[in-house]
Amino acid sequence: MDGTALILLLTFLVSVTGLLVFIWSMSNGFFNTKQSASHIIFGQNEIGLVEDPASNQTNNELQEAAGETDASLTQKELSDRLIADKSSALPAFVCLLTAMCWLIVGSAAAIIASIKLHEPDWLVSQAWLTFGRMRSIHLNSVIYGWASMAGVGVSLWLIPRLLKTPLVGAKFVYWGAIIWHVALMCGVAAIGAGYTDGMEWLEMPWQVDIFIVLGGALMGLPLFLTLANRKVDHLYVSVWYIGAALIWFPILFFIANIPNLHFGVQGAAMNWWYGHNALGLWFTPIGLGAAYYFIPKVLGRPIYSYNLSLLGFWCLAFFYSQVGGHHLIGGPLPTWMVTLSIVQSMMMIIPVFAVAVNHHMTVGGNIKAVIHSPTLRFIVLGSMLYVAASVQGSLEALRSVNVITHFTHYTVAHAHLGMYGFFTLVMFGSIYFIMPRIVDWEWPHPWMISAHFWLVALGFAVYFIGLTIGGWLQGVAMVDAAKPFMDSVAVTLPYLKSRSIGGGLMVLGHLIFMIHFILISLRYGTKKEPALLIPKVNIPFIKEAKVAATELKRG
Amino acid sequence: MAGHIDEKKLFTGALVIIAFATLALVVMPYVQLKHVKAPAELKPYTDQQAHGRKVYMSMGCVYCHSQQPRDAKYAPDDKRGWGRASTAADYAYDKVHLLGTMRTGPDLLNIGARQPSQDWHLGHLYQPRAYTPGSIMPAYPFMFVERKGPAKDGEVVINLPPAYAKPGITIVATRDALGLVEYLKALDRTYPIKKTIEQSLEKAK
Repeated sequence: MDGTALILLLTFLVSVTGLLVFIWSMSNGFFNTKQSASHIIFGQNEIGLVEDPASNQTNNELQEAAGETDASLTQKELSDRLIADKSSALPAFVCLLTAMCWLIVGSAAAIIASIKLHEPDWLVSQAWLTFGRMRSIHLNSVIYGWASMAGVGVSLWLIPRLLKTPLVGAKFVYWGAIIWHVALMCGVAAIGAGYTDGMEWLEMPWQVDIFIVLGGALMGLPLFLTLANRKVDHLYVSVWYIGAALIWFPILFFIANIPNLHFGVQGAAMNWWYGHNALGLWFTPIGLGAAYYFIPKVLGRPIYSYNLSLLGFWCLAFFYSQVGGHHLIGGPLPTWMVTLSIVQSMMMIIPVFAVAVNHHMTVGGNIKAVIHSPTLRFIVLGSMLYVAASVQGSLEALRSVNVITHFTHYTVAHAHLGMYGFFTLVMFGSIYFIMPRIVDWEWPHPWMISAHFWLVALGFAVYFIGLTIGGWLQGVAMVDAAKPFMDSVAVTLPYLKSRSIGGGLMVLGHLIFMIHFILISLRYGTKKEPALLIPKVNIPFIKEAKVAATELKRG
Repeated sequence: MAGHIDEKKLFTGALVIIAFATLALVVMPYVQLKHVKAPAELKPYTDQQAHGRKVYMSMGCVYCHSQQPRDAKYAPDDKRGWGRASTAADYAYDKVHLLGTMRTGPDLLNIGARQPSQDWHLGHLYQPRAYTPGSIMPAYPFMFVERKGPAKDGEVVINLPPAYAKPGITIVATRDALGLVEYLKALDRTYPIKKTIEQSLEKAK
């Protein structure tokens, strides 16, 4: 037996052993999770009560859709939650505001890069405007600016609610955010000026990366400080996801950016270990952690199967962390490594279906509730696209599919299905929920939420469907050696144009969202009673709530 | 306080998992590939080529051009003239890899063998559509200096095809353009290589 087969066999054995140990520990109660653990995000008698601060508070369509209830919160529970929300309000706001700014920067760079692909003589007089740099400015702005900051902001806001403990160490967040943003501005400017480390997802010069690591560590610190003070006796599944993500990302980013360590083909292996883990071990767990909180919370209904959600977490962690090699199928890498990644890509179907089943059964076909809750509209769609993106990703890892789709726009469309369709939509939904709580103000214009939703949903549909078709045709043309290479370029042109149109709609949606975000931050319009504490329905406790709110303000 | 058993599980589990993934995808390839030697036919980059490689990175060429022809049994890359399947040894002098993940344009690992003309490359960088109708590659006019009057000694002037020529204007290549073209011309891994990674490791032992 040669070395390769041995390594392959060993990894396989380790994987199977890991899975068996895991199943054994589950069946022996090592995890000790009862279904009631999923109730931890609710008050004692809160189940059945909807909560969506972004929905129209003056009518009770959402509660009607979720079913009548006499559930309520006690005054103690309510004031505890208010204190928890208050403790995270400013740190979360700082992160979300900066995230929004980067979303706009990233969107502008995206649309320029997209148009350049079908108008190659447009904006060619300056080096910083060239496609290769605009594309990197887009990627780094949306990944490290928008997505990471939104993820951190949402996580920081969720932690006190999940742990029922006020956030500890908010000042670290302010320092961390400042350092992160100054570093990111330098990094993006460096890319524009032509200074790059040269690897996808790792373009920013390593001198800048030092400060990214420092800023990121400072922003993650409050999670661990708050954990040390937690008042709940069980960690809800979202804490597992978010906590693990905050442990993983600094390790990934640090190892990937050590200068002069990685070389040649090994650098490529490392590059995609990092690139895919940034998605799999950073954005995905945060997105899923948020979805696992907001879907049950908005509906007032605990997650369908709590054990399944934890099983999903550990499977995701184990399998997802090893799929990076599938970016290098057919490349000059050790075969065992690529094969390992393909196998784990297929194994990803297990945790993905755990999420799919769980979210589907929790929503329970309650389309009406999804329609009446702006938060759910975004998050449920995002969750569905998570499943779609993951299944698509597993299939793309198969050599027979990969030979067509690798090196084409199909992959670009797929990447956006994950980062945009899933993660960004979940973040949008989360921000709609969170902002009214942070600023104690209602979203001024419900029509802007609808406009935002439909622009990005339709825009992304145009973007994704067009680019997927174009990419597939490109790949088919490319593997047909009888056709000249230029055929594979020409065939994509209509789809590259449709991508610019779809992208334009998405950018328009972002601008509306940004304006709305600024309006609510400035507390524009008239404040509506009762201070958005709870929906104005089934409110045997409304008096208590008001009392609690006034007391909190005095305190 | 619940004894923080959950935290222990979370920290241990998360660290074990990332350690395992790092072992599989970073450390083991590192150990395995560290001993791969450069083939005798492959020469280290000259200073000018190395500068050109930096320009290649800074312009983001890698986002549209791969440098990794696939095996003929798997995909017809060789039939397109892109060369044999590359091996790890072909990248022995590439500190930062530029394998790429996209082929909006063709694979470039052997562009120097396919197209050794400096004239062609310079003109193509200035205006790709003058040489390849339908190309969507960006033009890079900022890598050239345009002026009236003749070129100075030692300057390299580009000659565009008649349809794109600018009468009375001299277009001179900058150091960046010249370096980039030298790098592209150096991209030539057409020497025969039969060894897989594993075989070259056997030899190293």
